[in-house]
Amino acid sequence: MDLEKMTALELAEKIKQRQISVLDGVKTVFSEIEKKESRIHAYLDLYKKDAYARAKQVEKGIAEGIYTGPLAGVPVAVKDNICVKGKKTTCASRILENFVPSYNAEVIDRLERAGMIVIGKTNMDEFAMGSTTETSAYGITRNPWNTEHVPGGSSGGSCAAVAAGETYLALGSDTGGSIRQPSSFCGVTGVKPTYGTVSRYGLIAYASSLDQIGPVGKNTADCAALLEVIAGRDPKDSTSLDRKDLDFSGALNQKIAGMKFGIPKEYLAEGLDPEVKDAFMEALKILTQQGAIVEFFSVNTTEYMIPAYYIIASAEASSNLERFDGVKYGYRAAEYDGLHDMYYQTRTDGFGEEVKRRIMLGSFVLSSGYYDAYYLKALRTKALIKQEFDRAFEKYDVILAPAAPYTAPKIGESLKDPLSMYLGDIYTVAVNLCGLPGITVPCGVDSKGLPIGIQMIGNCFEEKKIFRSASAFEKGKEAVNHETV
Amino acid sequence: MAKIIDDETLDNVCILAKLSLNEETREKAREDMQKMLDYVEKLNELDTEGVEPLSHIFGDRNVFREDVVTNGDDRDAMLANAPKVKDGQYLVPKTIG
Repeated sequence: MDLEKMTALELAEKIKQRQISVLDGVKTVFSEIEKKESRIHAYLDLYKKDAYARAKQVEKGIAEGIYTGPLAGVPVAVKDNICVKGKKTTCASRILENFVPSYNAEVIDRLERAGMIVIGKTNMDEFAMGSTTETSAYGITRNPWNTEHVPGGSSGGSCAAVAAGETYLALGSDTGGSIRQPSSFCGVTGVKPTYGTVSRYGLIAYASSLDQIGPVGKNTADCAALLEVIAGRDPKDSTSLDRKDLDFSGALNQKIAGMKFGIPKEYLAEGLDPEVKDAFMEALKILTQQGAIVEFFSVNTTEYMIPAYYIIASAEASSNLERFDGVKYGYRAAEYDGLHDMYYQTRTDGFGEEVKRRIMLGSFVLSSGYYDAYYLKALRTKALIKQEFDRAFEKYDVILAPAAPYTAPKIGESLKDPLSMYLGDIYTVAVNLCGLPGITVPCGVDSKGLPIGIQMIGNCFEEKKIFRSASAFEKGKEAVNHETV
Repeated sequence: MAKIIDDETLDNVCILAKLSLNEETREKAREDMQKMLDYVEKLNELDTEGVEPLSHIFGDRNVFREDVVTNGDDRDAMLANAPKVKDGQYLVPKTIG
C-alpha cells in the first residue's frame, strides 16, 4: 500500500512493527508537499530540517519504549494560531508577521510527548475570522478537490493539507465552525470538542468563550486518537476541565442500533443547496439501515443563532485583540506622531479588513449605552438556544445537521458580501455557543465534484456518542460504495 | 428600528477600537456596520424577558491556585519580539509631556 494513502493509525502501526521507519512517513509528507504545495498553499511555514532530525529522535524513542502511543512517529500540521516555541506564529496576520513565541502551546507539548512530529504551520483566515481562508495576509489556500474553489475556513490550511495528503493529521481551531465547515468542503473529518476539553494555553485567542482546538484527519479513528493525545486538564488554562472519560477510540466500532438521532427541521428549510440536502437525506438512510432511529424536531431559535454568535464573537474579539498595540510584539507602524497615533497607525495597517470589521462591531456592542441592547441581549439569546439544545438532548443521543448550506464556493465570491458569508455558518455556530462537541464526516460529492459533509452533534461531554455514530456511518457508507462499485 | 451609525458613533467606535478611517474606508465601514446592526436587530423579535444572560456555559466558578512562579526567566526571548527595545525594556514614544 502506498504510504501517502495510509491513515495516521495505519502509518503508526507499520512503524511500530518496524516495517517502515519514522523517517519514511516524514519523507512521504514532504514529497507530497513538494508535488502539490505550489498549487494548494496549505502551509505558511515548513519545518523540514527539524522534522527529519525529530524523526530520528522519535525512532530511537519508540525503540526505547519512550513513545508507546498509537500515533507515535506520525507527522502532524498545526494551524498558525497555535504557538510553537521558536517558530513564527502569525495568525495569518501582518500584525504578527515576526512573532516568535518563547513557549509551546499545551497541545504542542502533548503532541511531542506522544512522539508525533510537527511538520509546519497551516494557513488560515486572519485571526480565524472568516469562512474561506481568503482573509489570510499571506495568500489564499486552494481546495485540493478543485483549485478554483476555497477550502473553507478558518482552518482551511489544515483541512486542505490533510485532503491533499500533505500531512496525516492536523490541528485546527473552531470558534463558530472553523474546523467542521472546512472539513466538509475538503472531504476530511474534523472534530470540535466540548468546550474545556482541550487546553487553550498558547492558542491565540479570537473569542475565548467559544474557541476550542480540535483534530482534523482522514477518518474518525484518526481524529479520536489525536483528540486523546491533546485532551486533558491543564492548570495553565483555567477553563480546561478535568475529564475522566477520554477513551474516545473505545467508542468506535460499537453498534448504533436503537440510538436516537434528531434533525432540526429548520436546518433543512430555505437556503440549503438541494444537492447538499439530498446527500444529507441519503446519509440518514445509512444510519437507519443500522437500526438507528431518526426523527425531525423543531429548533425555534434557529434564526437567532447567527446574530447572537456574531455579537458575542465580535465583542470578545475586540477585547482580545486590544493587546496588539505595537509595543510588546509584532508589527509597529514605521511612522507615527506620539503614542496614541502609534496605536492607531499600527492597528490600522496591521489588521486586515475582516478583522477590523469585527473589532469595530465588537467595540460598538460593548460600548456604553449599547451594551445592554446588543451584548446582553445576545447572551440572553444564547441562554435560550442552550435551553433548546438541553431539551433536545433529553430526547436524542445525537443531533444531525449539514456542516454547511452549500459546497465550497469559488475563490473570490464570498468576501464581496460579508453578511451573506456569515449566514453560511448557520449549522455550526450553535455548537460553540452551547459548548457542544461536533464532528464532520464526508457523506457525498455534488455534481461539481465537491465534497459534502454531515455534522453529528453531541451533548456536552458526549464525544463518545458522536465518534460511535461517525464510525458506524463511515462503515455503512463504505459498504454502500462497495455495492455500487 | 436599528441604531443609525452617525458620525459621532463611528468616531467613538474608532477611539475604542484604536483604528483610523480615511474618507475612502469610512463609508465602507459605516455601511458594513449598519448592515450588520440592521441584521442583528432580528434578536428583538425574541422575548428574553426574565432570561439571565449566559456567559459561561458550565457556570461561573473561580479557579484558585497558589501564587507560585513556575515559569523561568524568558526576558530576552520576550524582548526579542518587541519592535523597539532599549536597555532591556520596551521602547515607546514619549507618553508624558
